[in-house]
Amino acid sequence: MVKIVFREHDGTEHVVDAKEGASVMLAAVTNGVPGIDADCGGACSCATCHVYVKEEWLDKLDAITPMEEAMLSLSSDRKDNSRLSCQIQVNANLDGLEVETPEFQY
Amino acid sequence: MTDSTTPQSKTRVKSASDQSKWSMVGKDPYQMPLEQIDLSHPGIWQANEYLPFLERLRKEDPVHYCADSAVGPYWSVLKYKDIMQVDTSPHIYSSEPTIGIVDQFSEFTLPMFIAMDPPKHDVQRRVVQPVVAPANLKILEALIRERVSRILDGLPVGEEFDWVESVSIELTTQMLATLFDFPFEDRYKLTYWSDVATAIPGAGVVDSYEERWQAMQECLQYFTRLWNERVNREGGNDLLSMLAQGEETRNMPPMEFLGNVLLLIVGGNDTTRNSISGGVLALNEYPEQYAKLRSDRSVIPNMVSEIIRWQTPLAYMRRTALVDTELGGKQIKAGDKVVMWYISGNRDEEVIEDANKFIIDRDKARQHLSFGFGIHRCMGNRLAEMQLRILWEEIMARFHFVEVVGEPQRVYSSFVKGFTSLPVKLHRH
Ligand code: HEM
Ligand code: FES
Repeated sequence: MVKIVFREHDGTEHVVDAKEGASVMLAAVTNGVPGIDADCGGACSCATCHVYVKEEWLDKLDAITPMEEAMLSLSSDRKDNSRLSCQIQVNANLDGLEVETPEFQY
Repeated sequence: MTDSTTPQSKTRVKSASDQSKWSMVGKDPYQMPLEQIDLSHPGIWQANEYLPFLERLRKEDPVHYCADSAVGPYWSVLKYKDIMQVDTSPHIYSSEPTIGIVDQFSEFTLPMFIAMDPPKHDVQRRVVQPVVAPANLKILEALIRERVSRILDGLPVGEEFDWVESVSIELTTQMLATLFDFPFEDRYKLTYWSDVATAIPGAGVVDSYEERWQAMQECLQYFTRLWNERVNREGGNDLLSMLAQGEETRNMPPMEFLGNVLLLIVGGNDTTRNSISGGVLALNEYPEQYAKLRSDRSVIPNMVSEIIRWQTPLAYMRRTALVDTELGGKQIKAGDKVVMWYISGNRDEEVIEDANKFIIDRDKARQHLSFGFGIHRCMGNRLAEMQLRILWEEIMARFHFVEVVGEPQRVYSSFVKGFTSLPVKLHRH
């Protein structure tokens, strides 16, 4: 199990034990973490699983694919540390990963 | 979006083409050759007979070629996963020149980013999107609630009336006026322009492209006047003030401005209207769901998603293949029309459990196809959901039962899935 910390827009923290191989989005949804809608169920085609990744973790993530970039680039709330959580696979290197959910998903 | 459901054109809805050689009304979907099935003809949609046709195609020929129809040859994509694949491959399946099944050849087409590919699409969408972002919608919520309340309070109780005219159309028109802070007494112009913008000349709304162009000019002048009033004014939470004052949007060329304004009007017109009607009908057809709603109003946000799945206000979006490609084992050629039937994907049992049941507290209700997916995913989806949520909260605060007391009449269109009338009677708590 891999520890992931989700921080809501208002600061509320949720610490979750995530399964390796599943996505960060799934870890949130299956553990009832609010703030992630995942309307497309992880198909990288809705951008409602948007998260801000704490800077020190960014390098440890797989690169952004063209499809993720296409969806992210349309978001008005995009920042340098934006990722779609359904595109982050949980693995042992990510133990302790911290992400923040935006105020709104859309 | 393209249809003629304005009061002035209601009379022509029953069309002579019910007898057309293309119509499948009254036919048994399992007793005709597969290749003759033509979903594009409006007949079965108005007659509410489309479901068994979709079901047969999903089972027997989920990527279906119709070689001969009134609108020419086209592919139909029926399964959830194949639709997702098409919708998320804009480099293979283009949204240009148009997202309706009929090609419109005219120099009078306004630029709208719904029918553009990247990078043009992305640039324009990025500019307009913030005006319908949730943070801005929050500001509009109180005003929308006030207007919804006023309409509901003015309805007759205990006597029959048409829900479509008195609530769905009136509410949608008022909401559009609210969103644009459009002069309230002129609000019906918005619905008219929306119908005209997408009308095919000769089909009832306008007779010629010139007539359509004139109406669009009137629309442009009206909005330009409002723009000029607001551009130098501080504040204003309406979409138009935001466009006029926004750094990225204030220097938009006039035609682009008009295209974007119209896209917002057209996008939110029939879709919201028919979701308002469709929800009432669905709750009447599933009384145990209505009972569930009465016992727990906190289900409303989830129910709103289920209503939008159930209704699927836009039955399809069309794409055009840019290259030769394969889908579901079929060879699609560059230039072919490819139609994604969201209405069918929303009933696909392989992805959606009990897809043929209306379940207001359904698990994963948000994962329906009605808003599309990928870069063109409906920009107004949060706005639509907010409008429907407010409406149902206010309905439930007032009425025990919105009872359907007669047969609904449906729109003559395979694109806009909706109602021209729905007779109801209201019962108080
Ligand atoms: C229940 C109501 C609604 C439904 C079912 C709906 C459905 C859709 C669909 C199917 C698409 C195309 C998706 C695709 O091509 O993949 C779309 C796009 C769009 N809709 Fe909606 N819509 C609704 C309400 C609204 C509202 C209220 C607005 C007003 C702001 C709106 C504005 C738009 C815009 C601007 C686009 C173009 C997006 C793009 O091409 O990037 N829609 N909508
Ligand atoms: S769940 Fe839709 S993009 Fe991640």
